[in-house]
Amino acid sequence: MQAGIRRFATSGFVRSLLACLALVVSPAALAATELTVYTAYENDDLKAYKAAFEKANPDITINWVRDSTGVVTAKLIAEKENPRADVVWGLAVTSLLVLEDMDLLAPYAPKGVEKLSPKFRDPANPPKWLGNSGWICAIIFNEAEAKKKNAPKPVTWKDLANPAYKGQVVMSHPASSGTGFMYVSAWLQLYGEAEGWKFMDALHQNVARYMHSGSAPAAVAAKGEYLIGLGFDVRGSRLKEEGAPIDVIMPKDGLGWDMNAMAIIKGTKKAEAARRLMDWGVTEEANRLYGSTRAIAAIPGFAKPLAHLDKNMDERIMKQDFAWAAKNRARILAEWEKRYGSKADPTKK
Amino acid sequence: MSAPPLPAPAASAVDFSALRMKGLTLAIAAFLVLGLAVPLALMVVKSLQDARGNFVGLANYALYFSSAAPLESIANTLVIGVVSTIVTIPLAFLYAYGIHRSCMPFKRLFRGIALIPLLTPSLLFALSLVQLFGNQGILKDLLFGHSIYGPIGIVIGMTFAHFPHTFIVISTALGLADRRHFEAAESLGTSRLRVFLTLTLPAAKYGLISASIVSFMLSITDFGIPKVIGGKYQVLATDIYKQVIGQQNFEMGSVVSVLLLAAAAITFLFTRLVQKRQVAMMSGRAVPYEPAPRRAFDTVMFLACAAIALCIVGVLAVAVASSFIKFWPYNLGLTLKHYNFDLAAGGGWQAYRNSLTLATCTAVAGTAIVFLGAYLVEKSRDLPRVRQVIQALAVTPMAVPGLVLGLAYIFFFNKPGNPLGLLYGSMTILVLVTIIHYYSVTHFTMLTALKQVDPISRRFRFAAGAPVPHALAGDGPAHDDRHPGRFGLLLRPR
Repeated sequence: MQAGIRRFATSGFVRSLLACLALVVSPAALAATELTVYTAYENDDLKAYKAAFEKANPDITINWVRDSTGVVTAKLIAEKENPRADVVWGLAVTSLLVLEDMDLLAPYAPKGVEKLSPKFRDPANPPKWLGNSGWICAIIFNEAEAKKKNAPKPVTWKDLANPAYKGQVVMSHPASSGTGFMYVSAWLQLYGEAEGWKFMDALHQNVARYMHSGSAPAAVAAKGEYLIGLGFDVRGSRLKEEGAPIDVIMPKDGLGWDMNAMAIIKGTKKAEAARRLMDWGVTEEANRLYGSTRAIAAIPGFAKPLAHLDKNMDERIMKQDFAWAAKNRARILAEWEKRYGSKADPTKK
Repeated sequence: MSAPPLPAPAASAVDFSALRMKGLTLAIAAFLVLGLAVPLALMVVKSLQDARGNFVGLANYALYFSSAAPLESIANTLVIGVVSTIVTIPLAFLYAYGIHRSCMPFKRLFRGIALIPLLTPSLLFALSLVQLFGNQGILKDLLFGHSIYGPIGIVIGMTFAHFPHTFIVISTALGLADRRHFEAAESLGTSRLRVFLTLTLPAAKYGLISASIVSFMLSITDFGIPKVIGGKYQVLATDIYKQVIGQQNFEMGSVVSVLLLAAAAITFLFTRLVQKRQVAMMSGRAVPYEPAPRRAFDTVMFLACAAIALCIVGVLAVAVASSFIKFWPYNLGLTLKHYNFDLAAGGGWQAYRNSLTLATCTAVAGTAIVFLGAYLVEKSRDLPRVRQVIQALAVTPMAVPGLVLGLAYIFFFNKPGNPLGLLYGSMTILVLVTIIHYYSVTHFTMLTALKQVDPISRRFRFAAGAPVPHALAGDGPAHDDRHPGRFGLLLRPR
């Protein structure tokens, strides 16, 4: 018996197991100052942002933790008893407002903050969060499919209620995705609650699916699965670059939008480095970088118009009350679920 | 190995090993308690709290059930679980039966093809189905006007994704058969159908039931497939996603998770009932079953297995092919640009390397741990209570969506003051959570294998110093001459 156990314990199997453990337990190497930064920015943006910041601050290294907006937000909240992030850079302001409400953000006014457009600053002084750039609601309209179906091109949001689009519209599920909620909250602010819900009742008749992702509706509309996807400007522009037969329509009756923002996590042990990242995040250099891939940047005039899209987005985006949206989110979602959540196949009604 | 060992030395060796067995049993139990039970308990506690952490009793449950949507989700989830199991199990059984009980050609190839889906995320099948049957799909007319977005797509996707898991379990059961039983039945002039019904099926009973449970649980907890192809068909797994990721409402997410755990509890009680009635099929003297050629039967099995294999390969080929297409369906030119991982969302090639490290460590450590657990549950006689705990915890991960397990890990390992907190954010915790996440199917497979083999012969082999994997595979020396009665028992239909 002993021999058997010994043979088992010294077998290659067990040895490789131990080797594996040794490999994974090794402590994380510590650089001079390593900042853990949670983000929902896209990968190609991250590379440029990190390179530029580290060039200006050679003694600080950014260690990204990247995921989608919902996952990053959930992670930050789940970790609140023992925060792991030093800074959040590139998370929807609607999420940061939830974190602010839980008192997870540390206020800080970086040098040069006054250059940012007031829309891109927490009104509190010192501010708890600062905006970087924005993304805007857009209709992704598949022209190749429209030609086949002989469907008209929408110009306003309300055009989407046209019965010609029955079963042809997809959008993000507002209870699953911040993008979906961005739409609902924008319509409610644009038209007022009563009229906003009335519009959504009509729109619901045309919606084929509410998708559990912010970027999927644009992607499936670009591939012709559906005629119309409610997405956002950046994604539409990129899909068109890739060769999708789409028009990215920025409706005339008002443009809802959301903001990528940054904040210091309260209790970070690297407050000094975190502040320097905030300082850099509001510089003109940073804004030029934000503006190179977004239609709006925090410092007005720093964004280049996106390929194939309308210009002057700084002026055209609607005045949006993010705090109102955050405060009323639970109520709005409950109402939404009540109206459209269950037995949800409107095409059969 | 000429003579069987005398009872006396064997007995003393068993006594000596009892201590070690107890130690190992406690170690596995501790692993499952820390890696699963405690994190999940924290999750369950969340379902009784409000967002600020105050105890609110069952208020969250009352709120959850106050609208019609949850009942719809529960009903839909059960429908998906039952239907996809009813579709998957006969297919997997047929396939495994062809491989083990016929003389058809290309068995190795067929086996390999059946296992390919294990290498892909489940939602890959959903993506392929969209390409085939979606609104732009090449084969969409085959659905006769029905939409792939909904229960049809979910069930087809799950059948593909869960085929290998169920195949492995059933295959393990069918692979361990004693030729002597079949020869005896034949010499008694028993009809083929009767042999199948009274010998083959009962012998594979535990495997079939385990496979059904695996299929059902994987189907009700899978989130990727309903997300991609579910359309408006709501299931509990998408409800959890909506609560946790969409609204960061962990309390409601926990409520839904508890519903899935209740399903696991029922599963556990069910397996215990089944377990009591299972008798080992392989005695120490067993002779492995070798099918004899039968032309018509072999041809039919070959055609059936080939059809199934073609479906698997075909659907995967669609996914692979579309990865080279510039912009489907409008620009069908070929490209490698989608393989530029550094531009893709996620971590690029670094993430790819990390995944390989994770997979290797999980395979090595996981196999050892799960095997030991299954071995102790099935073959040890010490610490019955502790072994019951191991068995209960081993079947639980099936009922826990990965998202919920991950969240539970944050709550537990990130708790201030938890000494295990130093694992947080490391590769070790990823390996740990992955082993736990995939624990159940592996456990069921090993348990099925162990149940086929005679307990007495196994104990002797282990005691006699045969390495554990050899003792399991049944290729070690056979010592058991003492149970002639077992053979007769098998021929009696149960």
